Amino acid sequence: MRFMIIVKASKDSEAGVMPSQDLLTAMVDYHEELAKAGVLLDANGLQRSAKGWRINWTGGKKTVTDGPFAETKELIAGYTIIQVKNREEAIEWANRFPNPQMEDGEIEIRQVFELEDFGESEAIDRFRELDTALDK
Amino acid sequence: MPAGTRSRPGPPPPAREDDTLDSPAKSRATHRTIETVFRMERARIVAALARFTRSVDLAEEFAQDALIAALRSWPETGVPDKPGAWLIASARRRAIDHFRRAKMAGGKLALLGIDAELEAMPEHVEPDQGPGDEMLGLMFVSCHPVLSTEARVALTLRLVGGLTTEEIARAFLVTETTMSQRIVRAKRSLSDAGVPFEVPLGPDRAERLNSVLEVLYLIFNEGYSATRGDDWMRPQLCQEAMRLGRMLAGLAPEDAEVHGLIALMEIQASRMPARSDAEGRPILLLDQNRARWDHLLIRRGLAALALAQSLANPPGPYVLQAAIAACHARAPTAAQTDWMHIAALYAALISLTPSPVIELNRAMAIAMAFGPAAGLELADQLAHDPALRNYHLLPSVRADLLMRLGRHEQALAEFERAASLTQNERERTMLLERAQACRAKLEREVTTLGI
Repeated sequence: MRFMIIVKASKDSEAGVMPSQDLLTAMVDYHEELAKAGVLLDANGLQRSAKGWRINWTGGKKTVTDGPFAETKELIAGYTIIQVKNREEAIEWANRFPNPQMEDGEIEIRQVFELEDFGESEAIDRFRELDTALDK
Repeated sequence: MPAGTRSRPGPPPPAREDDTLDSPAKSRATHRTIETVFRMERARIVAALARFTRSVDLAEEFAQDALIAALRSWPETGVPDKPGAWLIASARRRAIDHFRRAKMAGGKLALLGIDAELEAMPEHVEPDQGPGDEMLGLMFVSCHPVLSTEARVALTLRLVGGLTTEEIARAFLVTETTMSQRIVRAKRSLSDAGVPFEVPLGPDRAERLNSVLEVLYLIFNEGYSATRGDDWMRPQLCQEAMRLGRMLAGLAPEDAEVHGLIALMEIQASRMPARSDAEGRPILLLDQNRARWDHLLIRRGLAALALAQSLANPPGPYVLQAAIAACHARAPTAAQTDWMHIAALYAALISLTPSPVIELNRAMAIAMAFGPAAGLELADQLAHDPALRNYHLLPSVRADLLMRLGRHEQALAEFERAASLTQNERERTMLLERAQACRAKLEREVTTLGI
């Protein structure tokens, strides 16, 4: 199963301040450890929201808003995707993640959906068929 | 519950705690954490101890002792910051105690030749800084040529993969007793043959590495051949083979074939979401919905292939197979596949590893590149190859080409022959459906001709 470790943005990351050498080293060390164990699938840092934009649908109306966005803690600054055997292993790897920010930091861990995760059921079979039908 | 109180990069606090849980729940969570950590670190512990004790059996025994020590002390102290190092140090202490006792009992330690090593042994080692040679050594030992292929696969999954005997048994559809005996016998063969734990050098190394690659690809294919309804452990084998492959890439980064095998596995695995329909029937590569391919795995596969090609001169069999898989992965639609390139890659592969099965694949690629007649000419040359006598894909390929040439009567016979040869129930159904389609075309021809 796959998990995404989401790194939340901070005042610094939103201001475009590059991480310190210590922080970079800690992050590289951690990701090397993931790679050595064969569980690292993908990892990327995201540029500040000032360089991004949002598209919003409200009441059938579509609005485009340019960044930056104010609610820093809700923003994403990067992610790491790991492939592990079970949830416990994901918990253990997440626990080893260094604080990704120079000051207060936060990560959020989410499991990636796979159809197989639902197990076998009639509803899922229908979902698969729907999927196949839509693709045609 | 995730537990963690680390706040800064750099030296973290010595232990983790979680005060939000009440005691029994906390202790259950701690036990689960310890068992998880142990499972994650088991291979490294066994690798380090096998090198030290020259015995897989002893290594496993001391690893188990380290787990017991952790279960005793971590609930009090919390999980140490470098749990792997802690476990290895603890297992080594047990090993040293064991040998000291043996020395006092029989004075045989000198005979084992590790007396000096034992005395020089520091109490605390930092395995994180090690060159990874121990793990590579464990992989080489698990895939040693004195073992049967079956035994290599089982031992690799048990020692390097850290799967339980029960899990391996389920994945290979045998009883736990059978698998357990297979592993015991394999370990005995290793000790009987006195297999050394050092990583060999020179041409030996290449040969031994090749054996590891072969075992990993076998494990992958065992999982890849699993179908829906099979035990969930079977498809897990693909994940495990890929994980071990990625691990191996870190241990032997200069070897092109390691990256070639990873590329091959990642690209093949990328097709898993698309290769069967809602009823679990197989969908042929060219009919698959490419939007459902896992593009993260494709990207990883193509990157591994680029790395392999930059190291390989000339490319080996895994790099070539990965390059063929990459031709499919790069084509946005089946019609845009670069068949000429694929045909050339098959020709290169044949020159390295001559095989009528690869010849047949090349015939198919030639047919796609230059038309069915050219492909059929090649396939017909293989018709009398004894190695393909009972191989269902030969009539299946011939049938396909004959059908495209409008020779429906011959195609029908070949589809039926292919159906009678295949061992796979779902494939048989598909071949019989195609035979039926031929029959329908034949009847239509008859009607049109007014006979």
